[in-house]
Amino acid sequence: MTHRETKVLRVDSLARVEGEGALHLRLDGGRVTEAHLKIYEPPRFFEAFLRGRSHMEPPDITSRVCGICPVAYQMSACRAIEDACGVTVEGQLAALRRLLYCGEWIESQTLHIYLLHAPDFLGHDSVIDLARTHPAHVERGLALKQTGNAVMELLGGRAIHPVNVRLGGFHRVPAKGELRPLAERLRRARDAAEATVRWVAGFDFPDAGCDHDFLALAEPGTYAIGAGTPTAMPAPGSAGLPPDSDRALSLRTFPVRDFPEHVIETQVPHSTALHSRLDGGRHLTGTLARYAISGRWLPPDVLRTAREAGLGDPREGTVCRNPFRSIIVRAVEVLYAVGEALRLIDAYEPPPRPYIDVPPRAATGHGATEAPRGLLYHRYTLDAGGTVTDAALVPPTAQNQAAIEHELRRAVQHRLDSGGHPTDAELTALCERVIRNHDPCISCSTHFLDLTVERE
Amino acid sequence: MTVTPDPANPDPAVPVRRPELAVWKFASCDGCQLTLLDCEDELLGIAEQVRITHFLEASSAPGPGPYDLSLVEGSVTTPQDAERIRRIRAASRRLVTIGACATAGGVQALRNYADVAEFRAAVYARPDYIETLATSTPISAHVPVDFELRGCPIDRGQLVEVITAHLAGRTPDVPAHSVCFECKRRGTVCVTVAHGTPCLGPVTHAGCGALCPAYDRGCYGCFGPSDSVNFPSFIPLLRRDGMDTLDVVRVLRTFNTAAPEFDAESRKEARQ
Repeated sequence: MTHRETKVLRVDSLARVEGEGALHLRLDGGRVTEAHLKIYEPPRFFEAFLRGRSHMEPPDITSRVCGICPVAYQMSACRAIEDACGVTVEGQLAALRRLLYCGEWIESQTLHIYLLHAPDFLGHDSVIDLARTHPAHVERGLALKQTGNAVMELLGGRAIHPVNVRLGGFHRVPAKGELRPLAERLRRARDAAEATVRWVAGFDFPDAGCDHDFLALAEPGTYAIGAGTPTAMPAPGSAGLPPDSDRALSLRTFPVRDFPEHVIETQVPHSTALHSRLDGGRHLTGTLARYAISGRWLPPDVLRTAREAGLGDPREGTVCRNPFRSIIVRAVEVLYAVGEALRLIDAYEPPPRPYIDVPPRAATGHGATEAPRGLLYHRYTLDAGGTVTDAALVPPTAQNQAAIEHELRRAVQHRLDSGGHPTDAELTALCERVIRNHDPCISCSTHFLDLTVERE
Repeated sequence: MTVTPDPANPDPAVPVRRPELAVWKFASCDGCQLTLLDCEDELLGIAEQVRITHFLEASSAPGPGPYDLSLVEGSVTTPQDAERIRRIRAASRRLVTIGACATAGGVQALRNYADVAEFRAAVYARPDYIETLATSTPISAHVPVDFELRGCPIDRGQLVEVITAHLAGRTPDVPAHSVCFECKRRGTVCVTVAHGTPCLGPVTHAGCGALCPAYDRGCYGCFGPSDSVNFPSFIPLLRRDGMDTLDVVRVLRTFNTAAPEFDAESRKEARQ
């Protein structure tokens, strides 16, 4: 070694995320030269063992990829297989799917806001500690989360790995009256969701920006959840703007079936999760991307709350690119999902049959939906008898990994440039916050941030 | 160091030691430990009764142990994890597995019937970067386990019962009969008898509350085998209701595929 000093440091545990990861930092003369987010979740081989299964099975099987967003897996699987079979689910069945998905958004985003992310802003290690200083807030969060679970339990049978989803719709659909108690809970939840937006908007936010392309589904006229066209908003840097510029840039779209040509997965040696790139560049999916692309279609009352929370107005081309503020956007999305669930329940009329038939045919189908953490793409190839011969799942965390690494490098460099000598504990806390901003769900792939810092 | 007042112990001069709870994750989807966070009504109450010392999904301040109760989610699929479970066992007074992965190898045990090198090559361009075992095995294959809680995912009520029973020093009241009992109790019409729908209820462990039949579908066995499984009389029922050999093999080979009863029966079927 010819360097002045080499210091290797390991700190255990990336906590309050879903899954296991480690981080390796290399610092050389005050410069960050390497930041590798290592996902070492043991591989589970879903894509391999889906081959040979019936086309009816992936919604149940792939829900087991993730206990935090099982509905997202079920919905992307249904859409992809229905696409292969040439079937489109519409009307009240599509509305019920969106209602189920709203339940998952409310539950999962509230889990992230209150249990995983808010403790960062208030100097606590866990929600249990947070409950000592903010008992009313935590109780409100738990009640809100429970409302999301109630929607999933009623429509899906249970909140984790719902049993009621099938190709073409549901096994059983609720009678109109069955949804009434949900509507009452959701009306109460709306106040809790509004209070959540105001609460998190008052947190202290570091100045930060992110120079990645955004990728989300868009369904003009509505805030895309379970359907839409992949839509990208370029990074400010590509237009010569600073990375934290809040100006919206022109959108480009491509059909879902072209997803494999635009989002290319590559394997990196340091991670069991594949890295993917959008048209050769680094991209981010999830809350910030969705809000940038679909925010203008939020209902006026939700937009007003978002503006009051300091997020600007997406209809006027304002974009939030501060990853720390993603907690506010998440809260806005919960508020939206609560209102949307109420709207869907009010308009609900039981469909004549709980599902439409999805007869198999030899074809490849593509499906993408907006998991709480971002765009989740599935592809299946079927033979004429409906047996799956090939399957591909591209989860949001794998897509976001390169963007998160970039933000880690930037945040640590910014900290080094601002002087003083940050301790390893301080750097670990900073890195964990940067990672948690994106609510990475590494189960799609365990629970440790092994931070290694090499100082040379 | 500041001492947090303990509601269970009004006199802080005489500290009462709260049992220490740890939650661990192996190969899994996080769903079973999420079940603990989904106990919205009980979570803060549980946190008053036990000290949640190690639970990375929820807390960034893990404690070193030893632990009074370790809840283990997930199956063993890597050489490192086979070592890690031994260290956890050594540091835990009682060890309870939560869910189908920890109890029966999970859905990832489907590799046990396949060539894992081929699986690896199917998913990864550089399979040589990926270190994994040829099998996915339950925790009991590696260390002694005090109690196994079934389910993919586990049931919230049963989880609270297991934690409460531990605190009271008694055996958890988790019945081992089949899903059929739960259907009867719930008043659900039998989907097999009434509609000829294939249903794994007769051979599946109770615990979910007989959800699937209540939603007009057959049970798909996510709680694994019940204590008495009678496959010689059960399999002909599945066939009568239209399942062929491949269907029977597939339905047994899902989330509890490595449970000995399901494994043996599926191998027998697959040989036909």
